Amino acid sequence: METLWFCLVAIMIAAYVVLDGFDLGAGIIHFCVARNEVERRTVLRSIGPVWDGNEVWLLAAGGTLYFAFPSLYASSFSGFYLPLMIVLWLLILRGTSIEFRNHIESPVWKPIWDAGFMFSSALLAIFFGAALGNVIRGVPLSPVGEFFLPLWTHWGVTGEVGILDWYTVLVGLFAFFVLVQHGALWVALKTEAEINQRARRVAGVAWIWVVLLTVLTTIVTMQVQPKVWRNLASQPWGFVFPLLAVVGLIGTLIYRRAGQSGEVKAFLASCVYIVGMLTSAVFGVYPYVMPSNTDPARSLTIYNASTGAYGMAVGLIWWVPGILLVIGYFVFTYRHFAGKIRIGEEGEGY
Amino acid sequence: MDSALSLHRLHFAFTVTYHYLFPQLTMGLAMLIVILKTKALRGGGEHFNRAARFWAKIFAISFAMGVVTGIPMEFQFGTNWAGFSKAAGGVIGQTLAMEGTFAFFLESTFLGLFLFGEKRLGPKGHWWAAFLVFLGSWLSGYFIIATDAWMQHPAGYTIGPNGEIVLSSLAALLLNPWILWQYTHNMIGAVVTASFVMASIGAFYLLHRKHEEYGRTFVRLGVTSAFIASILMLFPTGDGQGKNIAKHQPATLAAMEGLFETTEGAPIAIVGQPDMEKRKLDNPLFVPRALSLITYQRWMAEVKGLDAYPPTEWPDNIPLLYFSYHIMVGLGTIFIAVAAIAFWKLRRGALFASRGWLWVLLASAPFPYIANTAGWITAEVGRQPWVIYGLMRTEQGASMNVSAGNALFTLIGFMGVYTVLSILFLFLVHREIDHGPEPATEPAASGH
Repeated sequence: METLWFCLVAIMIAAYVVLDGFDLGAGIIHFCVARNEVERRTVLRSIGPVWDGNEVWLLAAGGTLYFAFPSLYASSFSGFYLPLMIVLWLLILRGTSIEFRNHIESPVWKPIWDAGFMFSSALLAIFFGAALGNVIRGVPLSPVGEFFLPLWTHWGVTGEVGILDWYTVLVGLFAFFVLVQHGALWVALKTEAEINQRARRVAGVAWIWVVLLTVLTTIVTMQVQPKVWRNLASQPWGFVFPLLAVVGLIGTLIYRRAGQSGEVKAFLASCVYIVGMLTSAVFGVYPYVMPSNTDPARSLTIYNASTGAYGMAVGLIWWVPGILLVIGYFVFTYRHFAGKIRIGEEGEGY
Repeated sequence: MDSALSLHRLHFAFTVTYHYLFPQLTMGLAMLIVILKTKALRGGGEHFNRAARFWAKIFAISFAMGVVTGIPMEFQFGTNWAGFSKAAGGVIGQTLAMEGTFAFFLESTFLGLFLFGEKRLGPKGHWWAAFLVFLGSWLSGYFIIATDAWMQHPAGYTIGPNGEIVLSSLAALLLNPWILWQYTHNMIGAVVTASFVMASIGAFYLLHRKHEEYGRTFVRLGVTSAFIASILMLFPTGDGQGKNIAKHQPATLAAMEGLFETTEGAPIAIVGQPDMEKRKLDNPLFVPRALSLITYQRWMAEVKGLDAYPPTEWPDNIPLLYFSYHIMVGLGTIFIAVAAIAFWKLRRGALFASRGWLWVLLASAPFPYIANTAGWITAEVGRQPWVIYGLMRTEQGASMNVSAGNALFTLIGFMGVYTVLSILFLFLVHREIDHGPEPATEPAASGH
């Protein structure tokens, strides 16, 4: 049952990264692919009706983590206090940038929010990557499972670590390029003409970085957290996850080159890649949910961090129909707003 | 009191008080927008659709504020209240996760469709989008109230071997008897806010002699629903909530009323200031025996005063509790009077011509916000010194690994961010009000 909820939370987080990932990516690259107001509006319209719903996956995953693994929630949220607060401020900046931008037609008003949108999207991508890096590297847990990390210390991965060190920053940059590619493929899929061309070029450049960083991060991860390799070696079926990532990575290349007909598939391949990388990481640390970098016995695992058996069982009863309903909403929305947005075409809205 | 603890309390109190300024408008407004859309569908014509579209703009700005200030609330259970979360996350995590799954997805999905899809959805589809936004926001309220109700009156749990609180009945958590009155009282409170805001903006247009057709619609709908809602606030919801407190949190009731000594035929103090040193009420103005009557339906019933409980069980800020309760009740009474007279004038057809009363309505808008805020302060300060009533003391709940300096740093950060947000909100809402509802020919540019 613990393993099941571990997988369900992982699926929700993966859904969040895949969905909000493309609108974060679109935010990072919108200055590169859209050169004027009309084009910028087009990029924003490609995420306008969906970004808020995508972000809800973060809240839903957080809530699920909260009740299934309350000790993990309490320990990690208070231990990562400072970066989480910064993430909150960035989410506020990003939300207001998207929502308030179009309320006033002014050449002074809009660039402020465009810059805010790009800045917050880019930093969020890096922070989310760094957060993943922290969970893989491990934190100095006390005997009662608490910790508190400063933003940075000596930038090394052992001893008195901080949130940011060379490894977590590397994972942060990696996440940044992954989402750049993901967002660019989404924008390409939703647009035509120049924006489409530029988005494809951005995706092409990002692909090279993603390949390089995938190799580099994988190698150093094996050094920083030896458990990842041990898990893979002891249970070789787990290689299916990294394999999935490789397939996704190759798929993005092939379908991006296939032109217009491959746009949807290229984006989906990027989704597969992201899911493959995340599941590889999750598989690599299982059954840890928060490894200790000082004494492995203090690590939080799915067993010592989970809630009672009744809570997990009854949770399933509402979770399954709840998520089916959510999938229904998403299918409905994405179908409703499917297809390319023509540049300069004004849809409905306020 | 340890200063890190005070800062964690202030951190949550500040961010949640600010956050709730926005949902109280959107939850109430969602209902009023459904009423406008229903009128449009029932032959009221395009006028009501345009009116709904105007309110959708105010709704969207307020909703965005509610979303961006609401996400920090869910995080803060873990960041600032790790002790509480570790012990009780298995219980209240259920309701918070259900809120995300059942309410937030519904709300965000159909708000997107409501704001972006009026043409494509058609009149009926658009009505459904409005209705589902309303349903989502009221469901969200339900799960949050269920969470708070559990902290006020825990139910459906057992204590595990390591002192952790384990859920034993989801039904008991979701059907906690505390929820009924707290939920209805809170949601109708949101309707009061939205109604007075709508009436106020309607009065503003009538006084300015612009958009007068809309002004009359807004005043008519706002005053009517304010009248119904402000009466429901007193009875049965406020009354029911008061009886809950009398039964389950008697020390809190005594503190709210400023009743220091156990009294037969206890009075209600209309005004007066609690003097905690001398343990009495200064400058009191009493209604004799009223407290006994409304609490126990008998003139001479005994009501326990604070002296019946050890001071360690008293709420730790009795003057704040007393004043916030009195502000809530006092304003609630004024709302009933104002809404009743305005409604009576409306029925007689004399309201639109009465500039004096339009001025009163115009000035009314801020006060429901104050009353709702004071009500929540009453509930949460009244729960002290417990974070979970009778189970866990507030000082055991805070994140002890987060120092006072770090908590102050982020509190100041939030204060700065929210100051900027307030300015933006007022600026944008002012523009929309100034702009007013549009003729149907040109639905404003899109893009979100």
